[in-house]
Amino acid sequence: MTAVADAPRTTRSPFDVEVRTIVVWGLLTGLTMMFISATGMLEEFDDRPLIDPILSLGYFALLWVPVAFGFRAAREEVREGMLAPIKGARDLVSGAVTGAIGGLVLAVFAVLADSFEFRDIMPRVGEGMVDLLTFGQGVGGGSVVLVAVCAALGAAGGALHLLPERTGIGVRAAISAVFVVAVLQTIVSEFLDSVGLSFVEELLYTNEKAITIGAFVVVAALGAFLAIRFRGRRALIVQRYAAADPKDRTRLVLIAAGVIGVAYVLAPLLLGNLVSEILANVGLFLLMGLGLNVVIGYAGLLDLGYIAFFAVGAYAMAILTSPLSPRFAPELNFFVALPIVVGIAALAGLFVGTPVIRMRGDYLAIVTLGFGEIVRILLLSDWLAPTFGGAQGVLRIPSAELGPLTISGIDPQAIFYLVWVFVMIAAYVSWRLQGSRVGRAWMAMREDEQVAEAMGINTVTAKLLAFVTGAILASFGGALFAAKVGSVFPNSFEVLQSIIILVVVIVGGMGNIPGVFVGALVLIGVLGGPTTPGLLREFEGFKLLIYGTLLVYMMLQRPEGLVPSKRRSRELHQDEFLQDAWLQLQESEGGGSDVGPNEDGP
Amino acid sequence: MAPMLEITGLEKGFGGLQALGGVDFHVDEGEVVSVIGPNGAGKTTFFNTITGFHTPDRGSIRFEGEDIGGLSPSQITKRGIGRTFQNVRLFPNMTVLENVMVAQHSRTSSGAWAAILATKGQRQEEEEIEERAKNVLGFFGSRLVGYRFDQPAFVLSYANRRRLEIARAMATQPRLLLLDEPTAGMNPRETRELTSLIGQLRSERGFTVVLIEHDMNVVRDVSDRVVVLDHGVQIFAGDYEDMIRDEDVMEAYLGRPAGEGR
Repeated sequence: MTAVADAPRTTRSPFDVEVRTIVVWGLLTGLTMMFISATGMLEEFDDRPLIDPILSLGYFALLWVPVAFGFRAAREEVREGMLAPIKGARDLVSGAVTGAIGGLVLAVFAVLADSFEFRDIMPRVGEGMVDLLTFGQGVGGGSVVLVAVCAALGAAGGALHLLPERTGIGVRAAISAVFVVAVLQTIVSEFLDSVGLSFVEELLYTNEKAITIGAFVVVAALGAFLAIRFRGRRALIVQRYAAADPKDRTRLVLIAAGVIGVAYVLAPLLLGNLVSEILANVGLFLLMGLGLNVVIGYAGLLDLGYIAFFAVGAYAMAILTSPLSPRFAPELNFFVALPIVVGIAALAGLFVGTPVIRMRGDYLAIVTLGFGEIVRILLLSDWLAPTFGGAQGVLRIPSAELGPLTISGIDPQAIFYLVWVFVMIAAYVSWRLQGSRVGRAWMAMREDEQVAEAMGINTVTAKLLAFVTGAILASFGGALFAAKVGSVFPNSFEVLQSIIILVVVIVGGMGNIPGVFVGALVLIGVLGGPTTPGLLREFEGFKLLIYGTLLVYMMLQRPEGLVPSKRRSRELHQDEFLQDAWLQLQESEGGGSDVGPNEDGP
Repeated sequence: MAPMLEITGLEKGFGGLQALGGVDFHVDEGEVVSVIGPNGAGKTTFFNTITGFHTPDRGSIRFEGEDIGGLSPSQITKRGIGRTFQNVRLFPNMTVLENVMVAQHSRTSSGAWAAILATKGQRQEEEEIEERAKNVLGFFGSRLVGYRFDQPAFVLSYANRRRLEIARAMATQPRLLLLDEPTAGMNPRETRELTSLIGQLRSERGFTVVLIEHDMNVVRDVSDRVVVLDHGVQIFAGDYEDMIRDEDVMEAYLGRPAGEGR
């Protein structure tokens, strides 16, 4: 875009829009909404009101699409050296047209669904859906209403660009706050109960778990206020941390550790059984995620059979502690058995690692995938049934006992404490390893194995160490799982589980510990694990669908994950980094580039 | 005194191609030796075989009196041979400093346990690693220091990548440094600068250097001795002045004069 030489423009025609972008995003809007309706989310969630009586979860699941996509379609990318675009009616028009195109696609879909029979292939596409899509107005009038609503919401999305920065932050925070409070009603209620504020709960929610209009206004206002009030604080803290000298830094780290400690003690008490249970499941996946992060994120070894180590941990614990272990039942205490379990897992890591040491990338992935299945099938086999119990598994695994304390599997709060101790240990271990000589060797190996070898790194031992570390962290998870559930079966360790752990690591941000936490909290905590419920229990039936969609979206739009490591985002956005580095050089030297292809002058 | 590196009858073939057909070669401590030869003469294979990337088919490689033929590259690096690559191979997504820190792997020892427990020794070693890395990068003047430390290696210019690769090889604390075309792709000014740095590698840092080089000015300026390879055999060894007058060398590069067919 070349700037006009005259005075800078101050106004802009409302129709100065990018037609292609709008059409593409409009069609995407329509397709996404079709997908949501056709999979039955709209109908299913209609029973769950969010804001009484305006909005149900079903409509929310559908109608966020035109808002978000309208926002996206109206966005103009600003590159270095370009003038910031002038905001104006064009943003509204872009959003509205995007929404309208989406609405039109959806309306056509509704009309088709009304006139033809699709139930044989798409069981959810039927009267109920059409009725909801057309707002109960009949197909004719309803379609018009649908298009109008989508256009209006798209325009609203586009209009977000027009808000001044502060207001924009406020509006977004308000929307998020209302959504969180409304959708996570169970947790909020439990929390309010446990701190003795039950009366707030009655003000906040109707009997059907929706929030009232009054509460809606209050929550939105509060969210907006807090967001605006504390805007930029995070950046400030990060900045202060970076600027602090080592002594202050230690102090800040200690404060952070204290906050985490307090949160650890209070969380299960305040949040109640349900959330504790969910968090314990999150913890188990975190242990595996952190382990896999070492193997894939640090060392770059794509292991698709990772669940096998979890299985080894679980079975080792089961056999060492359960009185019903078929062949050999020493009936040890959990904490006595744990070091043995870790030892066995380490051996398993070596056992799997040694034969695949010469393999890389895809080959390694296939072989480890095979290993994962071999472990499950061996556990299931008649041959080993006398030791591992075959399909019946091992039952009556006792709870962990620590002196007088019994950490029973049916007490979610106790389990939470136990699991999260290990999570914190695992996070600490990963963090220490990452910045150490061993971690650097892994990184180098991930970048270029041959050169790493030439730099004096014995890649065989480095790889084995990665496998063993990963196996040990996963075996913690397995051992805790066995003690928590009280029984282990071969079918708890399917390929799907390996895939889900991988998805947690990828969506969160490979190679980054906070990323793995966020990935596990979002996927396992909010959506729910493959066999465990999450906070959004309404989404139970659609979980894998959402996982898949999320994964595809992430791979296309944000391959570095939600909370990427610096290294990985550099790797995936080299162009932008080159540009930044160039600008940095311009600032530091005031001209004269020796970055990029042109070398310093003669 | 026995030579630092002594190679006798080194052979390496790939299928039907005899890349090295019995090379005899030696380097004395404190020497700078250039290996030259036309394309495909086997120079890089020669380096790769010395550093353990290829196992020799026949012949012996003795470094400081010990046979190193057949050892893995990491073991050879540990014995004290550092190298760079013809087509610069940095760890592109690691920072400049990390690239050099990681190269000290075989000179340091703290393992996973020490890192997890944050022992005093481990923390001290980390500080030393960083200190040494900065020192090595300082060898190239201001080019790779300061804000450069934390830049990923891929943002560096071509010449700086070559410099970083040399720094990385230096950080493995070798006694013998093998440089594979260190000035390839550099402009004349940078080439001159690097030439004097190669001299300093020996005079200031005490490295013995073997380099593969195509630029005859560099070869003339830095080397004590020149070895010419052609078709996997050594056709000349001696000083530069003799080399440029040698008929075999001339023939290898330019072909035979007309009318002298054999």
